[in-house]
Amino acid sequence: MHEHDVIVVGAGGAGLRAAIAAQEAGADVAIVTKLHPVRSHTGAAEGGINAALRDGDDWTDHAYDTMKGSDYLGDAPAVETLCKDSPKETIQLEHWGMAFSREEDGRVSQRPFGGLSFPRTTYAGAETGHQLLHTMYEQVVKRGVTVYDEWHVMNLAVTDEERPSDRSCHGVVAYDIKTGSVEGFRANDGVILATGGLGQVFDHTTNAVANTGDGVAMAYRAGVPMEDMEFIQFHPTTLPSTGVLISEGVRGEGGILYNDESERFMFEHGYANNDGELASRDVVSRAELTEINEGRGIEDEYVHLDMRHLGEERILDRLENILHLAEDFEGADGLEEPMPVKPGQHYAMGGVETDENGQTCIDGLYAAGECACVSVHGGNRLGGNALPELIVFGRRAGQHAAGDDLGEPQITTGKSDDYEPAEIDSPVPIGAVDPDDGTEPAAADGGAADGDAVLDTAVEAERERVEELLDSEGINHAEVRSEVQETMTANVNVFREEEGLKQALADIRDARERYQDVGVSDPSRTFNTDLIHTMETRNILDIAEALTVGALARNEFRGAHWRKENQIRDDENWLKHTLITWNDGQPELGYKPVILEGEDKTYEPKVRSY
Amino acid sequence: MSTDAPQTTDETSETSTEDAPAEAPSAGDRRRAQKQERAAERAREEAEAEAAAEAAKNTVHLKVFRYDPEVEGKQEPRFDDFHVPYEKGMTVLDALMYARDTYDSSLTFRHSCRQAICGSDALFIDGSQRLGCKTQLSDLDMETPIRVEPLPHADVVKDLVVDMEHFYEQMEAVEPYFQTDDLPDEELEEQRQSRENREKVKMSTRCIWCSACMSSCNIAAGDNEYLGPAAINKAYRFAMDEREGEEMKQKRLEILEQEHGVWRCQTQFSCTNVCPKDIPLTEHIQELKREAVKNNLKFW
Repeated sequence: MHEHDVIVVGAGGAGLRAAIAAQEAGADVAIVTKLHPVRSHTGAAEGGINAALRDGDDWTDHAYDTMKGSDYLGDAPAVETLCKDSPKETIQLEHWGMAFSREEDGRVSQRPFGGLSFPRTTYAGAETGHQLLHTMYEQVVKRGVTVYDEWHVMNLAVTDEERPSDRSCHGVVAYDIKTGSVEGFRANDGVILATGGLGQVFDHTTNAVANTGDGVAMAYRAGVPMEDMEFIQFHPTTLPSTGVLISEGVRGEGGILYNDESERFMFEHGYANNDGELASRDVVSRAELTEINEGRGIEDEYVHLDMRHLGEERILDRLENILHLAEDFEGADGLEEPMPVKPGQHYAMGGVETDENGQTCIDGLYAAGECACVSVHGGNRLGGNALPELIVFGRRAGQHAAGDDLGEPQITTGKSDDYEPAEIDSPVPIGAVDPDDGTEPAAADGGAADGDAVLDTAVEAERERVEELLDSEGINHAEVRSEVQETMTANVNVFREEEGLKQALADIRDARERYQDVGVSDPSRTFNTDLIHTMETRNILDIAEALTVGALARNEFRGAHWRKENQIRDDENWLKHTLITWNDGQPELGYKPVILEGEDKTYEPKVRSY
Repeated sequence: MSTDAPQTTDETSETSTEDAPAEAPSAGDRRRAQKQERAAERAREEAEAEAAAEAAKNTVHLKVFRYDPEVEGKQEPRFDDFHVPYEKGMTVLDALMYARDTYDSSLTFRHSCRQAICGSDALFIDGSQRLGCKTQLSDLDMETPIRVEPLPHADVVKDLVVDMEHFYEQMEAVEPYFQTDDLPDEELEEQRQSRENREKVKMSTRCIWCSACMSSCNIAAGDNEYLGPAAINKAYRFAMDEREGEEMKQKRLEILEQEHGVWRCQTQFSCTNVCPKDIPLTEHIQELKREAVKNNLKFW
């Protein structure tokens, strides 16, 4: 058994920042990650980091833009924390040596991004995430933080009291990919989930193959509510054949979208008469798909993004990476021709419910970054707001887990007083097929057993699961995974309607039942990716289902979530967060109100036009 | 375990539907229809397998290195053949994923981002170090089988996975983190850096730690302590960054001048040739040699 004060799961931007912060606060911290840190998908972020750094800009403007962008589903205390802390955290990265693009006077460059009232997106070419990830990993190396790389975390060691908010987390169980050994990692002060995105729930995504939402699924099964899972961002400019991301920076620098009739449709068809291509991402994605559905798409599949008029010099200076991506992954020369683009799954606004300090309702369990829902993005994340979330809330979670006092959070977690229970209208049973299938959070008998006993029990349960999977003969998990991905892309995409969502729930149920017969055909203990992927597919099933339950429940159109049956933002009924709780295998639905009251003002919902 | 059995279905690696159907039949109807479809598909599979064999022109033939220290039949390294249906735009990684998900789920390789930024899938493809995700099959000679092997000069863990520990150790041996005594007093004020200086270090910051360069380097193959191109490039990234200051630069040059540092490089350019991020590694090493000479003259 390994033992540390703080265990961070995942080593992208949020995980690395949390580890650095926890260590600075005096904790003995270790990172457990299924990839080596520099392989994390933060490295693929392109655009930049929103931070109010300059004269004429102010964190309150950033907060206003973010609340509006969220379609008034962001919680004001979280949004204000993000916008207040971002300048300091961004400059902290500069002080760690990050290679930002520079202005003539030597200061860091900023550029316009969608939905922003000021050009406050601080960037490093079109490779901001790569520079950020490597800069923070350098700091982790410098500080000698322990990293267990290529260890796949299988489960959390959580006690099993009746109410999730009475439970506590004492560590994680992880599988050493290289040797096949299953070990316990005791966390004396806290476990921080920083496992990133869940894009593999869909089949056309900008996310990495590793983005299977493991932390989200583990927290869900341990009893933490999943908040606003239905809010998925579909990025308007992904390459059609691979889902590779073409940064919003292209449009920020002046790139233009055209349909098959060479119309600049964002204006000519009235989708965003003021901001055009730089409207919020959900607006642009819906516009593109409407063009395609109405027959004005190119090859009925995509639209064109043209940046040729920016000129070679500017493109090479600020968007060089885009030229490589378009060339290598779509065979398009961005200097000579427009690039084909279409919407693709990009980001999960929802996730593990936390407060401003990264805490979940389970004592000792934290989440930060994309896997968490604090919630700063609400119904729609603005471009350039993901990276500041990683560094702001990664740091806060790390500090808090290490014992720093960050003040009383204003956001409540778990089933607090204002929790409103609701019914799930599913055509099929949902949740666990067999509640005793060994993926429940393990706990020692008697509830309040000590942490070591809880961890030991969890380790034993996971060792058994590995043996069972290795011994079993059955279908390849890849069949189950693609069944889920296909139905999600067909039915839970940009445009959603009741019938399709119910179909998705039925398909997911079918996939769950098939997963009961899954088998790992590779018998090896050495680097058994068949086994890892099979365990990930279980996570994909649970997440896909929760996401679809949320999408079916929320019968309105807000942010990235559009419903055919009620195509308006319904503030009277829906100024509230969706909460889905695993409830030991029988998922429950409920709501809690959104917090629109900030420190000094209330963000009154307004019509969101761009 | 023969893998030389193409059985293709119409599963393509990419589907592209985002339109919700305008009028969906009832959930039950659709499920039943889908079940029938799946049954029909299974029946079709065998016929298609034959058809696919005939349409060999549209398949790509991979010869993939296999090894597993603990699985009988794989303890002696061997090559397995996979015939994968070819589609325009397909990369070596796409073909490997198809082979794994369709024919043999034990086929093992690292991969994650699929877009040449995570650096996981450097492989030895048709005799040269390349990223699987960034290598279009159409850029290779598809008339002959495409050989996919683990990176040379590294211990093989299993199949295409090599042990990266030595590479990481070398990367971490050059104090690979920013060091300066010159931070502004204000928390919100950045250190200034000229655009020219940022441009100078830009290429060196693009390294994705894939280790293709290290694998291609004859010197590194013969001298296990040689820092290697990637680690020297990492040191270059800091030594040339004006924000670190002169004193720090001296210290970095001392690290680089050690016995297994820059002077080992024999300018064969193999690292530069294989770098998937086009980093001029050899030039960077040469420049550091020149800096080191200048530096030594200064202290005479």
